[in-house]
Amino acid sequence: MKDRLEMRFAGSGGQGVILASVILAEAAVISGLNAVQSQAYGPEARGGVSKAETILGREKIWYSKVSTPDFLLALTQASLEKYGKEMAADGLVMIDESLTVPDWMDRGRVIAIPILRTAREEVGKAFTANIVAVGAINRALGLFDDGTLTEGVRRHIPAGTEEINAKALAAGAALIRPEGNKEGI
Amino acid sequence: MSKAILMQGNEAAVEGAITAGMRFFAGYPITPSTEIAEQSALRLPQVGGKFIQMEDEISSIAAVLGASAAGLKAMTATSGPGFSLMQENLGYGVMAEIPCVIIDVQRAGPSTGLATSPSQGDYMQARWGTHGDHPVIALSPSSVLETYTLIIRAFNLAEKYRTPVIFLMDEIVGHMREGVELPDPGGLIINRRKMSFHDGANKQCYFVPEGEYVPAMKPFGQGERYNITGLAHDESGFPVNSNEIAGKLVGRLLDKVEKNADDICRVEEFAMDDADTAIVCFGGTARAAMDAVLAARAAGKKVGMFRPVTVWPFPEKALLARLPQLRQILMVEHNHGQMLLELQRVTRCARPIHFLGRVDGTVISPSDILGKLNEMEGTHHAE
Repeated sequence: MKDRLEMRFAGSGGQGVILASVILAEAAVISGLNAVQSQAYGPEARGGVSKAETILGREKIWYSKVSTPDFLLALTQASLEKYGKEMAADGLVMIDESLTVPDWMDRGRVIAIPILRTAREEVGKAFTANIVAVGAINRALGLFDDGTLTEGVRRHIPAGTEEINAKALAAGAALIRPEGNKEGI
Repeated sequence: MSKAILMQGNEAAVEGAITAGMRFFAGYPITPSTEIAEQSALRLPQVGGKFIQMEDEISSIAAVLGASAAGLKAMTATSGPGFSLMQENLGYGVMAEIPCVIIDVQRAGPSTGLATSPSQGDYMQARWGTHGDHPVIALSPSSVLETYTLIIRAFNLAEKYRTPVIFLMDEIVGHMREGVELPDPGGLIINRRKMSFHDGANKQCYFVPEGEYVPAMKPFGQGERYNITGLAHDESGFPVNSNEIAGKLVGRLLDKVEKNADDICRVEEFAMDDADTAIVCFGGTARAAMDAVLAARAAGKKVGMFRPVTVWPFPEKALLARLPQLRQILMVEHNHGQMLLELQRVTRCARPIHFLGRVDGTVISPSDILGKLNEMEGTHHAE
């Protein structure tokens, strides 16, 4: 991992992108890194654009907002078009397979994977899409060991849902092919 | 594995309050303070405390004042619109000298404004929101850890000076999560100086010994009868129409904060020792200011940060102590220039004071501040 990693998570309210950003920040704290997490959303409980940000670093993090993301997760077309333009030059974009990569975007920096479909069909619960994404992000960026990530998830899910969340994490990680993104960011 | 846990500013406020002895919360949830009510509802029953969701913010602060008068450390939390509704009873708490903590997690206003966006537009409201001449203590944290430690101090000051204390947070800190290891508060908790009618010769509930400013407090409803009122009152607590007694009462209320400003005021300074330029800011704005100071220092500029932690009363002495070494000051705040007015008053504009503010609900970034610092080197006109 770089000394400082700026991550952005964007989707529709209710998709759980804020929780995904919280879990990765928690895993960072567990592993002794500095982490700051924040979010921006509209007044709606469901729908609307939801954006969350996590900054991980070896040094103390002061300003809590992301300026040039090294990583973007986009779960809706609108959020991809809006935030895809603000990436660092070597930044990685992870999108759901259902989205269309805009012409202006460097396809070489985009990972398109079936996050929503995997949650729905393989894990069996559409609402686990954010945990599927966490598993995929962790594998793609080479961030944390399995134990740390699992503990990060456990601290933010209701008791009794450990099994389905473990399944979602594993299914997400399996979406990242070993030959791709091996070096992490 | 690190012992640190990821915690949100709003959650840290509740944990700190409980550590300080808060056992009663009444509130009406409002973004961006809602997590404080949620967490209080979860945590208070675990420690034998009470949580009540009230029908609105007026009744919320009324319940808090009642619970505190009856002997419990009590708190409420809201945002701008609710803080407006609380102003009348806030003044009642000041006049009747009822300790409590009122959290305002500021959001972009005026009115219902931008419900989920950051702001620091309630700075002057915290000082002058309730009518009449009155003392105010207000504290403003800039990190999750400081939210925890500073709210303990808010409860301590409320008890020590028998007055409501405003905990002026903002969306930046309230909704931010950071890794924290909560420190042991040790013996830092101040509990209420209780008084009984049977203590000594004086049997008046608002009796203040010569040379002191704060009456001890009898728990209301525990066998001894006395009166609490927002009207001007004498030592017995009953209303009077005496101009002399009213003047003395208000004078004492103001004095108990003004004469103890050294005890109440706290600032944080960063890289100020040799600074010729001070960035003054408070609350969550300090996050961007810190990065700006680090970048300016790396570029060889003598820039430091001066942050009032006690925002009311304004820490005049600490600022005036720095003034001789300063060439210029940059006030950065998420409003249209509110602490700026205090800065101008305290310094009497003896140095050029520049201003960077924001009222659109977005966050001021380190590069915004660096841009302003560069611009200042070109022009030296006070704004």
